[in-house]
Amino acid sequence: MSVTARIKLISQADHAQELRGNVVRLSNSDDPLDLKAEITTATCVELEFPSFTDGRAYSQAYLLRRRLHFVGDLRATGDVLVDQLIQMERMGFSSAVLKEGVEVADAYRQLQQFTGFYQRDVSGQS
Amino acid sequence: MYKYTEFDKTFVHARAAQFRNQLERWQVGKLSEDEFRPLRLQNGWYVQRHAPMLRVAVPYGELSSDQLRVLSRIANEFDTPEPGIYRDALEASSKVGTLKLPIRHAHFTTRTNVQFNWIPLSKAADVMDLLASVDMHGIQTSGNCIRNISCDERAGVAPDEIADPRPFAEVMRQWTTLHPEFAFLPRKFKIAVTGATEDRAATNWHDVGLRLLFNAAGELGFRVTVGGGMGRTPMTGKILREFLPWQHIMNYIEAVVRVYNRYGRRDNKYKARIKILVKAEGQRYIDDVEIEFREIVDNDGGPHTISQVELDRVTASFVPPELVGRKAVDLAEIGSQLDGYAQATPMFGRWLQRNVAVHKDPSMRIVTLSFKRLHQAPGDASADQLELVAQLVDRFSAGEARVTHTQNIVLPWVRVEDLFDLWQSARDAGLASANVHLLTDMIACPGGDFCALANARSIPVAEAITQRYQDLDELDDIGEIDLHISGCINSCGHHHSGHIGILGVDKDGKEWYQVTIGGTDGSGRGESARPGKVVGPSFSASEVPDVIEALISTYLQNRRPLEARAERFIETLQRIGHEPFKNAANEARAAAETV
Repeated sequence: MSVTARIKLISQADHAQELRGNVVRLSNSDDPLDLKAEITTATCVELEFPSFTDGRAYSQAYLLRRRLHFVGDLRATGDVLVDQLIQMERMGFSSAVLKEGVEVADAYRQLQQFTGFYQRDVSGQS
Repeated sequence: MYKYTEFDKTFVHARAAQFRNQLERWQVGKLSEDEFRPLRLQNGWYVQRHAPMLRVAVPYGELSSDQLRVLSRIANEFDTPEPGIYRDALEASSKVGTLKLPIRHAHFTTRTNVQFNWIPLSKAADVMDLLASVDMHGIQTSGNCIRNISCDERAGVAPDEIADPRPFAEVMRQWTTLHPEFAFLPRKFKIAVTGATEDRAATNWHDVGLRLLFNAAGELGFRVTVGGGMGRTPMTGKILREFLPWQHIMNYIEAVVRVYNRYGRRDNKYKARIKILVKAEGQRYIDDVEIEFREIVDNDGGPHTISQVELDRVTASFVPPELVGRKAVDLAEIGSQLDGYAQATPMFGRWLQRNVAVHKDPSMRIVTLSFKRLHQAPGDASADQLELVAQLVDRFSAGEARVTHTQNIVLPWVRVEDLFDLWQSARDAGLASANVHLLTDMIACPGGDFCALANARSIPVAEAITQRYQDLDELDDIGEIDLHISGCINSCGHHHSGHIGILGVDKDGKEWYQVTIGGTDGSGRGESARPGKVVGPSFSASEVPDVIEALISTYLQNRRPLEARAERFIETLQRIGHEPFKNAANEARAAAETV
């Protein structure tokens, strides 16, 4: 996954209609390392945010990208707050399903706030 | 001091702009209250009893005079409530007996940050812009994230220093700032670091406590403790590594925090701190951290390994200031001059003894300006006082000050020949109480006068004890003792680590105070860090000064002389045990009740 690829923002309707092949859905308490076989053959892994204040999915994303070398679509679902999209992108999420009523323009604006960060992102780039 | 690079400056301004956008979206209803709350918290904005509170980060406690001036300006121009809010606040407070709520003030906290109590949220974005103009912000001063890193107040100047912790603290500041993986942890996460023999940063009371040391091979590294914390279940940290090479400190902290992020409890906020995970899992947690650390280093390639080049680059920011125009000094001559002043002016002599500490440079001193005096809350500074401190800092300390975890200000670069002039200026500013580490140099949180979480007020209790102990001879005779006051179990006033701790509790809507004895913060004034023990049922506010007096009397009756000095309160307590103190405290209650 390249850092220059921006996270894709998807509406609820598009997410519901999209045909995405082999999808693995993980809840916050699943350990990605226990599901290696399923994840290896998946085209998309969905990480659900039961609440935007529950940060476990960020560590799951790290493990998926860095330890399992998952290269397919990594998607954020559930309580996705637009202010966290940049965080998701930096942790290797390639798509996020926006909540109903969120303006895509507002969401994209949140991705433009910073020109750089202190840490490297999950792909190892800063 | 660390000098912000263009990158740092751009980053802080971007953060201020991001916050302005979030505030505006909240104001027009695009962000709900629930959505905005964690965002404002991670920028330091709380909603308190009467008005919002802003907590400004002071990374590892270092402040420049320019920053002090902007803090003074914020206090002066923005720490002023709208008239209606202030009227309501005074009315509500007068019902519990508080008749004075200072405005145009800042407050130094136990984690070396600075708080303001009255800034209207509508002016929040303007204040953040003003802070950004001097490289300041409120990033991660609240919320369930890695908080501001605290440090030894004497870092870089202490004679007992093994290595300067500030370059490491700065690397940690950068690494933790807006870390994408760790912004929504189960609970808050605090790191403290020291490089000295004496632990002046209460490291064992932190989620991660770091102490620099050399191993037998002469290599520099850290002793790492994890799982310290106060709150409902006070615990001191468990040693995870006796020695970790410094190069690996960020890799190791990443392992500690990742395992916590994955497995820390999120179902109950009172059990969500890392201390609970460490206690519940024990060795399994330690094993998991070690496995994760090996993975980070071996599998991920140790992405946060600090190179010597990087450390040197950061260390270059912490070179001692050039003391321009200083003439060569004759230390013996100045020493006898100071003795002369001290004899002629006993107050100066006391101040020299209590507030002035030796420096690694024999011709310099480390001076504490005490913010513990009558009529102002511990750690409170008015806008005018902040401006005066900025002037003192420019004139006497190479433009640099430190906030201490005991809520005072330290001037780290004072020339011996300037001590008398500094004392006179500090005295004129009301900042020369000669009471550092004495009973009246107490820690206290803002308590029920300001904080929405508090069960009881702290400031009136602090004031009553300060009133009672105004005799400097008596204070000196009592000697070094840590008195810590918290208005609730969240423990911002560190009552668990006080030799005497006072905790505000609420019973039937009334304010009561639980007293603990025998706690220690891990500094040289006591043995290793440990929580105090409760002496008995809680006391009423009016009984508290009597209880303190009973505890002090018990100490004075039982203390023994040591070789060069008298035994301290905590030493007597540790030698004779808690019982005589408990009994004395409880007798004070009975006496008060029969009056």
